[in-house]
Amino acid sequence: MAADSVSLENPSRRSVLQVIGLGVAGFAVGCSSSVRSASAAPGPGGLVSFGPFVKIGSDNTVTVLLKHIEFGQGVSTGLTTIVAEEIDADWAQMRFEEAPAEVPTYGNGAFGGAVQGTGGSTAIANSWMQLRQAGAAARAMLVSAAAARWKVDPASCTVSRGVVSSGSKKATFGDLALDAGKLTPPSVKSLKLKNPANFRLIGKEKSANTVTGRADTPAKINGTAQYALDYHPEGLLVALVARSPRWGGKVASVDDGAARAVKGVHDVFQISNGVAVVATDYWAAKTARDALKITWDDSAAEKRSSDAMFADYRKLLEKPGFEARKEGKGAAALTSGSGKVFTVDFSFPYLAHAPMEPMSCTVDFVPGERCVFHSGSQMPTVDQAVLAATLGLQPSQVKIVTMLAGGSFGRKATPDGDLATEAAQIAKHLNGAAPVKLMWSREDDVRSGKYRPMTMHRMTAQVNEGKIESWTDRTVIQSIMDGTPFGTPGKPDISAIEGGHDIPYTIPNISVDVTFVKSPVTVLWWRSVGHTHTAFAKEHFFDLAAKEAGLDPLKARQSLLAKSPRLLGVLNLAAEKAGWGAPLPAGRGRGIAVHKAFDTYVAEVAEVTVKPNGTFSIDRVVCAVDCGIVVNPDIVRAQMEGGIGYGLSAALGEQITLKDGVPVQTNFYDYAPLRLAQMPKIEVYIVPSSEAPTGVGEPGLPPAAPAVANALLAATGKTVHTLPMGMKI
Amino acid sequence: MKLTINGKETEYAGAKDRPLLWYIREDLKLTGTKYGCGVAACGACTVLVDGVPTRSCSTPASAMEGRKITTIEGLDSKAGKAVQQAWTELDVVQCGWCQSGQILTAAALLTKTPKPTEQQITDGMTGNLCRCATYHRIRGAVARASEIMG
Ligand code: FES
Ligand code: FES
Repeated sequence: MAADSVSLENPSRRSVLQVIGLGVAGFAVGCSSSVRSASAAPGPGGLVSFGPFVKIGSDNTVTVLLKHIEFGQGVSTGLTTIVAEEIDADWAQMRFEEAPAEVPTYGNGAFGGAVQGTGGSTAIANSWMQLRQAGAAARAMLVSAAAARWKVDPASCTVSRGVVSSGSKKATFGDLALDAGKLTPPSVKSLKLKNPANFRLIGKEKSANTVTGRADTPAKINGTAQYALDYHPEGLLVALVARSPRWGGKVASVDDGAARAVKGVHDVFQISNGVAVVATDYWAAKTARDALKITWDDSAAEKRSSDAMFADYRKLLEKPGFEARKEGKGAAALTSGSGKVFTVDFSFPYLAHAPMEPMSCTVDFVPGERCVFHSGSQMPTVDQAVLAATLGLQPSQVKIVTMLAGGSFGRKATPDGDLATEAAQIAKHLNGAAPVKLMWSREDDVRSGKYRPMTMHRMTAQVNEGKIESWTDRTVIQSIMDGTPFGTPGKPDISAIEGGHDIPYTIPNISVDVTFVKSPVTVLWWRSVGHTHTAFAKEHFFDLAAKEAGLDPLKARQSLLAKSPRLLGVLNLAAEKAGWGAPLPAGRGRGIAVHKAFDTYVAEVAEVTVKPNGTFSIDRVVCAVDCGIVVNPDIVRAQMEGGIGYGLSAALGEQITLKDGVPVQTNFYDYAPLRLAQMPKIEVYIVPSSEAPTGVGEPGLPPAAPAVANALLAATGKTVHTLPMGMKI
Repeated sequence: MKLTINGKETEYAGAKDRPLLWYIREDLKLTGTKYGCGVAACGACTVLVDGVPTRSCSTPASAMEGRKITTIEGLDSKAGKAVQQAWTELDVVQCGWCQSGQILTAAALLTKTPKPTEQQITDGMTGNLCRCATYHRIRGAVARASEIMG
């Protein structure tokens, strides 16, 4: 969703990130007004801080500050569990709240530490040691305080489920918090972390004795959970923006007479991105926006249709691009070697993220003094910098309150803070008249979005005597990173082909190259980013190549993955659980795909039923995942289920097409996400592991579409060249 | 004009075409009812009108005089409680934005059809979009709620 692991290995990129980070460093504000614990607000009792991540109340609650946003992936449970484990708390006393925007304290280690952000499936991975240490340090302080109070050796103290004991003496965390909080935190070196064999919460299935369920469930089933769009202070004004129907278009002239006449309209004015309408409520703002008459200057706008763009891509596929990977003779082997050479092109459309909660944020601006920003952003420190710059404030005068987000899938992680920029310009114009909530309607979200880039792959293989001798993968795509602080000027953005250039199969000759195109259409990381298309091209083409070579798709993979034990592990587990090789009735097919994304390994087997008229259903997906140590197995399963569903949604029905530069799709009736009736039965199996934990928000997605395409290939002999494939082959 | 929401009478004096959704969210501050599409295509805004799941984004508030409206905050029927319990047991939610609508739709389904078949669950729930694709668990949780109801 955000910066991927490939780019972050790049030290120069990291230093660029530090530059943005430094602009907003050294800033701390309390967040007490923004407590948004989904289980219950921390009690009124004095909350004592134990470093930046843990607070203990005299009411015996232990609150974990989340530096990552909760948007459904489960960090409010996962991160809280890590602390609970090391501090030896009872799950029932655990609470969570979102941390304020503050780097480096809450920076993401996987992004170089200088940006606070959620993305790239990094939350657990980059918090694992940090939160274990935070929990262990707090535990040591509680023990010291108890030992001092009882005048006993700290070594005589034990801690269990929130109670410190020594002999017959007992005290709860709440009893000890005030004393313990005054102690100097122990050095990291002196901390004793738990032996994983003694974990009581981490890795355990839900039960009365352990983690009893997602921490955010109660508030999300009774309507009390508060998201960005739910924030509604007294006197709030609501803003909508009319944006250019074409990317790169500018306002030429506005007739706002009819809009201003709508009851409830407060103001209409231009901002850099279009025309803002501010009103007392959403309906008034929408009615007024609909009444605007705007003439757009399209001289610099994208005016091509999708077909024309794909035709341009095809021309570029003829020429070599930047070669990111070469093995053996590379592409030259195709002409020098012997055997059958064959080529397949794959096309992928623009995709909207369409998180279920449309984007919104609220700015409460006191000119010259401060601003409070309520939002569900994946990159709070970027928003903070944008707001400060636009409103003429210091970052320390901009308080960010991170609310729950109703999904994001990457959309709420913009390197340019697009939402915050628009909102800041509107707030500046209003000059403190009232707090203002900027809303994006669903139509705005679908039509003005930042999209998963439109992409083409040209795959070529040479097959000889039952072997895949050569493999080339050429991509034409827009870069997401270029021109953002995450890009490295002058360096090709090979994160665009992550999962393709690092193809793990042992094939003698490999060439993977990429050509970048430019368009005013804005693009952004979309759940699993480059893997959304590289995994499909690689895994579906692998089956086509295996078929040419007369090989079984599973056996061919097994033989070429001997050097990748973890990929092999998930591959074999998924195959076994799915009953690979067991005969299927006519019209049914089984397909397998395996892929590593964000350091997590996933294999999936899909089963389809194809009717004589070509319509099909996906009956079952069996998934095996290796994500290292598992913090919460049920959330790992949930993320695999959700990732598979999100992947199938794009595979079957989602696309943004342009007609003369204007998106054809508008809302959920024509931008068609997966429905319950299309959802297969899903089984998830987790490979036991003692490796460091890796993320699960994205990696479930990439194998889903190619597994289905491979199942359709098995059932019908047909290749899927284009996504979305629809429900008919 | 008087509307009855969660058993309480309120006075509606807004625009004739203003959807019930925005009155509930912005004026009554009952934010459990969610906006997802505004065009009756997703189900996030579902409320019960006289027990029938209704898309509040496409229902003018002014058309609701004399009707009994139930939002997630007011759900306390037997089926509603069973659905919430099943949703907790199975930890259905992810981002949660669609879930008020899912839960109200499931409660109405089970009130009408306490022992639904798999197909009836699919037909009853497929109109409610979930971008997090919690569908797998929704199916299981509706079946579980039916069990809980006995
Ligand atoms: S918001 Fe009403 S159906 Fe989508
Ligand atoms: S839980 Fe996120 S949209 Fe359903």
